[in-house]
Formats: sequence, structure tokens, C-alpha cells
Amino acid sequence: MPRGASTQAIKTKTMQEIANLFGGFATVLEPYNIMLMFIGVLLGVLIGVLPGLGGANGVAILLPLTFSMSPTSAIIMLTCIYWGALFGGAITSILFNIPGEPWSVATTFDGYPMARKGQAAEALTAAFSSSFIGALFAVIVITLVAPLVAAFALRFGPAEKFSVYFLAFCSFIGLSKEPPFKTIAAMMIGFALASVGLDQMTGQLRLTFGFTSLLPGIDFLIAVIGLFGIGEILLTMEEGLRFKGDSARLSLRVVLRTWAEMPKYWFMILRSAIIGCWMGITPAGATPASFMSYGIAKRMSKRGSKFGTGEIEGVIAPEVANNAAGTSALLPMLSLGVPGSPTAAVLLGGLLIWGLQPGPLLFVEQKEFVWSLIASMYLGNIASLIVVMTCVPLFAAILRVPFSIIAPIILVACAIGAFSVHNSTFDIMLILVFGVVGYLLKKCDYPLAPLVLAIVLGNNAEESFRQSLLASQGSPAIFWSNGLVGTIMALGLIALFWPLISNGWSRLRSRPAF
Amino acid sequence: MSKPSETAVRSGPAHRTVEIGVALFTAIFALVVIAGSLKAGKDWAFDGPRAGFFPFYIGVSILIASVVNLIRAVIDVPKEKLFADWTQLRRVVSVLVPLAIYVAAISWVGIYLASAGLIAIFMKWLGRYGWLKVAAYSIAIPIIVFIVFEKYFLVPLPKGAIERWLGF
Repeated sequence: MPRGASTQAIKTKTMQEIANLFGGFATVLEPYNIMLMFIGVLLGVLIGVLPGLGGANGVAILLPLTFSMSPTSAIIMLTCIYWGALFGGAITSILFNIPGEPWSVATTFDGYPMARKGQAAEALTAAFSSSFIGALFAVIVITLVAPLVAAFALRFGPAEKFSVYFLAFCSFIGLSKEPPFKTIAAMMIGFALASVGLDQMTGQLRLTFGFTSLLPGIDFLIAVIGLFGIGEILLTMEEGLRFKGDSARLSLRVVLRTWAEMPKYWFMILRSAIIGCWMGITPAGATPASFMSYGIAKRMSKRGSKFGTGEIEGVIAPEVANNAAGTSALLPMLSLGVPGSPTAAVLLGGLLIWGLQPGPLLFVEQKEFVWSLIASMYLGNIASLIVVMTCVPLFAAILRVPFSIIAPIILVACAIGAFSVHNSTFDIMLILVFGVVGYLLKKCDYPLAPLVLAIVLGNNAEESFRQSLLASQGSPAIFWSNGLVGTIMALGLIALFWPLISNGWSRLRSRPAF
Repeated sequence: MSKPSETAVRSGPAHRTVEIGVALFTAIFALVVIAGSLKAGKDWAFDGPRAGFFPFYIGVSILIASVVNLIRAVIDVPKEKLFADWTQLRRVVSVLVPLAIYVAAISWVGIYLASAGLIAIFMKWLGRYGWLKVAAYSIAIPIIVFIVFEKYFLVPLPKGAIERWLGF
């Protein structure tokens, strides 16, 4: 093709994508979908505010409710729950010094001291605006990059697909702060649970040991509700939470003053957004992203030594990063079918239930759906900003409802969510088992995210692995058979051994100094 | 008032014991997975790898990881470190026991009655509320659940004798 024609082709393709995006906006702006958006955000903030009810678990409980909706409306509501939870985590961190979500732990470091100094409104405004900027940055990245990644990934065969899964799971082992062998154990337990029931390729039963209840396999939603929902309640109970905190009302004057102050920190915001996006796309997740961003901001800022005593920068940095990470975790989910976070994994499971196969083909076969989803990310984050800015007193009041009333309501919600997945009371018993297991694993530093991700992706990973081996007559050399698959596998191995590599590298570098 | 537990030195199960227990549990889980995979066939048939092929190696990796975790628990975890003190564990059990009864009761009396009971137990036992407030919450919430799920979202939930008697 001559050069001019190919730039022309790219131009028309970009134009087409912009048209698709606007088509998406039109779908999302239907009154019904806007209503769902606000309901989703409200529920999401509630989930983010209440300890013991996290994003992944909240979406899992509410997923069965959306089975009767169209996939587009359903995903709008579910992603809005997720945005709401990402925004809402900051409220409790700042007002009560209790992170509603793990990714808002870093926000407590400076957010709560600010509230103690009587600057709760400033801290909240900064946190919400930063969350919005972080999310917006990530959505723009998704809009620009996801179609390219998907187009590229269309060429993937089974071996390449497996190598992407391999990379995702290796990054978990190498980059997580938990001990690597505990990560491996947790992840492999997830894979084992995924393989219970009917084997998709041979149609043979396995690992059911004659129990008919195990025939349909173990649904990842059940695992999520048990591990994150019940497990979290048990942990919260153990700590014996008592809510004590400040109340806050956002006045327009404070909001405008804080906004006027924020552009000063544009470089830090940009840096935090990039850290967040990077950590979200590689499945490290929002929690390490917020810590890393806070740490770097502390080291680089002129006022770094004052961090921890109520610096506004210490609120902005983690909040930009955690929302950027939480949002960009949807990029690999959409374009490759590999979710970057447990909540993204639950959303991916939802897509599978609606008969949509996430991955590169989604961009070709379900254009309307994909672009509605991307459009809803823009609007959902605006909706989240509006809701959290206007409803802070309401959410702070909900937190004053004692745990002895909230806990049984959350437990009832978990039971209903678990039952409605397959209409089976056996599943309600399973969430109790998963709850106890989740409590013990969490207390012993086993990460739960890779376990859930492995349950969701187990069957796909196994299928691509076996298909590749079939093609190569059983030789593992197929995973190094061409440049592409070889590179991804090599990246996976680098991620796997990253702690050793970075350790060795820093030793090499420090040697000449002595 | 439980003064003694506040003044006494914190006591409870050692973290190391629990870590070892968890590692043994994952090891047993691994053995179950390996046994199941062997039963399904772990090698190749004429049409490719059999059903147990993938889970077999998964089981083996869990076993290896469990052994490493077990050794590290024995060597690295300090003996004095507590898993949680007894007061904390009592609070955890005070959730677990009603929850287990709740789960068992659901398949017997349906979710609505069981939920009312769970809320009442929590509010009375842990929250020490007056009977009036307990009754209000434990009746109102199942009714809200019924309206939202059965009527609005059309999700059928498990029911028992009372609901049948009421004609649902």
C-alpha cells in the first residue's frame, strides 16, 4: 500500500472511532441509563464507605440483579458502582481515619491529620478532585490505547494468549508485596478451584469426588462474596471497630479555594496519574499504586518532611494514583481479556455471563457495547464527582449507624447475592467456608486478588495452554516459537524474578561507590 | 464490664501455629487436587492432554509452595507473635456462630425468617438494643428485601413454610 493511502486509512479509522465514541455517549445519555448511572454511583460510594463491603464484593453481590438488563445498561451500572467505590474510599479515610477500601490507606496518612486540623473540607475536595483527574487521565488512555492493543491482539493464537496470561500472573508473583510462595499458593488454589466440574475440552468430570453439588463447578462470584465479603466482616469484627470522627460539609468557597490551589501541583498530579495507569495495566493494582505515588511525592516534594502532618499534597498523590490504577485496570480486561484487579475480574465474569467474550474480538463484534462502556467511563466519573461532592454529610451520617446493625445487613446481602447466582442454597454454605478461609489467608499474608483472578481466568488460561500444546504435539517450545510470544514470555519471566533482578541490579550499582 | 481481659497480658494462639496450620491445609488441598487429577487422567490420550493434565501440575505447584511456606513459618515467624488475642477471637466467633446457624436455617425456614433472626441476634446480643428497635429492624429489612428482590428485580429467593402459608 502506498504511504499516503495508509495514513488515509489510519485517519478514517480514527474518525470511525470518534464516531463510535459519540454513538456510545448517545446510548449512555438515555434517561434510563443515566438513572442507572446515579444509582450505581450511590451504591458504589456506600460500598466504598462501609468497611466490610468492598468494590469486588459489592459488584459480585449486585451482579445477579443485572441479569435481566441489557448488557450495556448492566455494565454501566456495575462500572458506576466501581467508580463510586473508588471515590468513596477517601471519605472514611479522611473523616474517620478508617480506610473504607485498601487503596485509600495511603490517603489516611495526611487526610486524617488535615481533618483534625479543621481542614476536612479542603482534604475531601482535594481527594475527590484528584480522584476525578486520575480517573479521567486513565479513561483517556483507555480510549486511545485500548483499540490499538485490541487490534494488535487480534493476531494472537493460543500460544500468544497463554503468554499474556502468563505475564499477568507472573507480575502478581514478582511485584506483589506478599511473600512469593504465598502468592503462588493462593493463585494455584484459584486455578484448582476453576478446574472443578466439567472439563470444557474433553467433556469429562474432574475433581468433583462424586458430589453432585460440585458438578457446575465453583463460581467465582461465590468465592468473591465469601473471601472478600464474609472474610472482611470477620476481620472488621476482630478489630472491634468504633467509628469516631469529624463531620464535614463542603461549602462552595472552600471548594473553589482548593481548586485554585491544585494547579500548582500539576507535575505531581501527572506523575501520580502515570504511576497509577502503569500499575493498573500491569495487574499490580490500585493499592500499591497509591502507596508508591505517596512515597515518591514525599521524596520529591519540597515539603516532604512535613508529610504525615496534614499536607494537601499527601492527599492528592495517592488519590490520583489509586483512581488512575483502578480505572486503567479495565484496559487489559477489555482489550486482552485479562483483568487488572479483582473488581475488573468480577466485571469480566459478568461479561462472560452475558455471552460477551472480553478480548480483542469484542472491539470488532460488539463495537456498540465497547464504546458505550468507554463513554460511560467519562460520564460515570463526572456523576461520581457530583454525587460525592454533594452527599458527604449523608455518607458521614450512614457511618454513624452502628456496626451491629450494618454487619447483619451486609451478611444478608452476601447470602442473597450468593443464592441468586445459581439459585442454590449450597452456594450460601460455600460462602461461609470461603469466608473463614479468606479470614485466615488474609491474616497470614496470602494475597486474595490472584486467587480470584485465577478462578475467573483459569478455564481460559488452561484452554489456551492445552490448545498450544496440541498444536505443537506436546512440546513447550511453542511458547518460544516466534518473536512475539517469546518476548511476552520473557517479560513474564522478568516480572516473575523481578525481586531478584532488582536486588542484583542495585548491588551492582552500589558496588563502585565503596 | 470485662475488666480482667483488659488488664491482663494479651494472650491467644501463636501466629506461627496458625501459619503452620494454613500451610498444612493448603498441602492437604494440593493432595486432594493431585488425587482428583490422577483419577481424571493426567497424561495424554489420542486426542491430546486428558482432563487431569492441567490440574495435576497445579496441584504439584500448590504442594511445593505449601512446603516452602511451612518451612518459612517454622523458621521465620517469631514464637511470641500472636495471631489475635482471645477477646478478638471471641468477637470473630460471635459473628461466625450466628452466621453458621443462619446459613443452615436458610434451607429450612427460607431466607426471610432466617434474616430477621440474624438481624435480631446481632442487634440484641452485640448491640444491646431495646426490643422495640430490634423488632422494627428485623421485620422491616426482610420486607424491604422482599419488595426489592422478588417484586422489582424478579429474583426468587429461598422460602419456607411461613411464606407458603402467606401464599407466595
